[in-house]
Amino acid sequence: MPEITLRVNGSERKVDVSPDTPLLWVLRDTLQLTGTKFGCGAGLCGACTVHLDGEARRSCSTPVAQAAGKNITTIEGLSPASGLHPLQHAWIAEDVPQCGYCQVGQIMSAAALLAKTPQPSDDQITEAMSGNLCRCGTYDRIRRAIHRAASPGGAR
Amino acid sequence: MSPLSRREFLAAGAAAGAGLVIGFYLPHHGAGNSEMFAPNAYLKIVPDGKITIVLARSEMGQGVSTSLPMILAEELEADWKQITVEQAGASTLYGDQSTGGSASVKTTWDPMRKAGATAREMLISAAALEWGVPRSACKAENSTVVHSASNRRLTYGQLAARAAILPIPTDPPLKKDAKDYKIVGHRIPRLDTATKVTGTAGYGIDFRLPGMKYAVLARCPVIGGKVASFDDQESKKISGAGYIGKISDSAVAVVADSVWGAISGRRALKVTWDEGPNRDLNSAAIYAGLKQSLSRKSVSLFSAGDVAKASGRRVEAEYQLPFMAHAPMEPGNSVAHFRGTTCEIWSPTQVPQDVRDSVATAVGLDPDNVKVNITYIGGGFGRRLEHDYAVEAALVSKAVNGPVQVLWTREDDMRNSTYRPASYHRLSAALDGSGWPVSFSHRVAMPAINIQKGFPLDNGTDSEVRDEFSFVYPFPNAAIEYVMTETPVPLGWMRSVNALQAGFASESFLDELARAGGKDPLELRLRLLAKDETLNGWQTARMRGVLKLAAEKAGWGKALAPGHYQGLACFACFSSYMAEVVEISMENNAPRVHKVVGAIDCGQVVNPNILEQQIHGGVIFALGNALQAQITIDKGRVVQGNFDDYPPIRMNEAPVVEAYFVESTEAPTGAGEPPVPPLAPALCNAIYAATKKRIRTLPILS
Repeated sequence: MPEITLRVNGSERKVDVSPDTPLLWVLRDTLQLTGTKFGCGAGLCGACTVHLDGEARRSCSTPVAQAAGKNITTIEGLSPASGLHPLQHAWIAEDVPQCGYCQVGQIMSAAALLAKTPQPSDDQITEAMSGNLCRCGTYDRIRRAIHRAASPGGAR
Repeated sequence: MSPLSRREFLAAGAAAGAGLVIGFYLPHHGAGNSEMFAPNAYLKIVPDGKITIVLARSEMGQGVSTSLPMILAEELEADWKQITVEQAGASTLYGDQSTGGSASVKTTWDPMRKAGATAREMLISAAALEWGVPRSACKAENSTVVHSASNRRLTYGQLAARAAILPIPTDPPLKKDAKDYKIVGHRIPRLDTATKVTGTAGYGIDFRLPGMKYAVLARCPVIGGKVASFDDQESKKISGAGYIGKISDSAVAVVADSVWGAISGRRALKVTWDEGPNRDLNSAAIYAGLKQSLSRKSVSLFSAGDVAKASGRRVEAEYQLPFMAHAPMEPGNSVAHFRGTTCEIWSPTQVPQDVRDSVATAVGLDPDNVKVNITYIGGGFGRRLEHDYAVEAALVSKAVNGPVQVLWTREDDMRNSTYRPASYHRLSAALDGSGWPVSFSHRVAMPAINIQKGFPLDNGTDSEVRDEFSFVYPFPNAAIEYVMTETPVPLGWMRSVNALQAGFASESFLDELARAGGKDPLELRLRLLAKDETLNGWQTARMRGVLKLAAEKAGWGKALAPGHYQGLACFACFSSYMAEVVEISMENNAPRVHKVVGAIDCGQVVNPNILEQQIHGGVIFALGNALQAQITIDKGRVVQGNFDDYPPIRMNEAPVVEAYFVESTEAPTGAGEPPVPPLAPALCNAIYAATKKRIRTLPILS
């Protein structure tokens, strides 16, 4: 198998996997970045959301070969400095998670939204976030946390 | 720690590194009768002041890792910032550890308070001895003991070693007045949030061991079917492929170096199945069978007066509910490391001791040689009360003689779950000349979860069905009758269990009675509950309380936005009372749910932050159940496979949920399940208000 070079959270990583392997499993099993979650394997739940060149993508349905040459960002690299991303502060302030399993994917989708739309409306939030399932029903707090992170100085 | 009489309840000793350790026992809702005291929780205070609570309750989102320590910290007079929580694992050294039945707060309220109070009294005694002053001149506050007269203070950390050698007080005083609470009742942030937003929280699926392999299983798609033979020639060609073999009558394991390798190997595997006796099973026949069995012999779950003699205008209706799947976000998984004479398990489980015992049986070890570690759980809803994943992991680990993670895909989860039982209901009532109901009959045919799982009959029935169908309305004539049926479809406990079926049928029918008699649905319920009394352990006054609170907050009976309609329902289960008002409009013949107002009476509120989460979560979960959740069977196979054909609620469908609590000083009761049952009937009652069409079959959008 040819080696594939990936750029994950700013670092070059060489992986020796079949090119049709979904990016999700390369992140979790090969690179041990387990923050990104497996939920459905079919792009239906959003638990596996990462960024490819800043765009939210479902890593469970993205063959690793398609991610080569792109900047891959996972939850482990969402905030380049040692601190938290404003959305993570907002998630803590609103105490969003219950079981928490989907929340990393939710945050990655929200981060992609805010990068393009710093002050999203309710409708824009709904549109950007409806691909991310939460079985614990945390949607109301997710919405509040995104508004909080978007408000000037509001993340904390 | 050596076994003590359970009556002693507590044990204290010195911690490693000179501190105080108190072991205590948290009863489970189904606790056994062992006379031996086996602590299943510990409180540890070390010299640097850190307070650790080791807890044998699984965190699956319901907040026990925050709410239970709060109860202890309150009586301990602890500084909340010094509290940390550790998850206890299962071994035979521990007492009962199951998490379920909305029971954690209810059953641990007293022991948690007592453990905190015991430590507090010992720390006060230690300070009094240190200073040579009477105990009564000292008081505890904020993890410190203070002697005001001399303005001296010592921290719990400074006192812990000395306290550890003191006798244990037998009856430490507990706070009597909720206004004295500094932690309980306050909106405290959860302790598990930070790790859950950084991706560092360790769920079962994230657990890794050096050299660990990954396995998926090919299971017979037909319920009850078996492996006849398999051909693994193509599977073996997959890169990283390892062991492929039958690990039970009905499953072949495919092991590889990565999850994707295992999934790919399974895809290439050719299995010939012996489909067995259920190959022709289908949903239409199951529903027809349930309806037919309504005429079979039943067990009385409740009766009052004589429904046969009640005269008046008859109203009748029949309701039908489908099988449903839990579908938690984290698919099933467990890691096992079989080492010949021992086996260690890491599992997202609510039942570590069942896991231990089932694994021991499966791999032929003594339970003492099986160790179970509990990870964070990515959603439970009852699914983690089963122990299938862990047993599979142990079997595969034994087969490959090394550490293995068994992972279920979403399709595995949907098609090999244990399902909420389908049910068929016939209700009837008589209305008097003024339109008020004077009798109420509810006859239900439904398979029994506990009987299918091998638990014994209790007074001729499944006692859990009796509990969850228990009746709060004191009709002069009432009969609730249960026809216990059987099904090959595997059954499981799912959030609110049988209370969902009971609540949907009875609270929909009450709405029908109100409409038939020309009464307001709220007025009818309040009239039925008007007299203060206790029926089946339920207090009419507390049910009235939640009805009135929900109705007031929702503006019941007031003008709504044009095209908006409301429906209402209430139900009591798991020792708590819940009422919900659902506000909808109709769009393209389907309900658009705008708002749900929920009011709960679960006694003293421990943490309003977490209680609000439970109500939001219960409502959204129940809304998904009501609208689209349906597991159907065709040719003996579960039809649904993923979130496209079993769709939970998404943000674009999620209503605003408002959560209100009745102020109460009663001991706290459950909150995980009570918000579920009222939602579907309240929603269908709103649909009737909007359309004059009665929905009697779930899911609504079927």
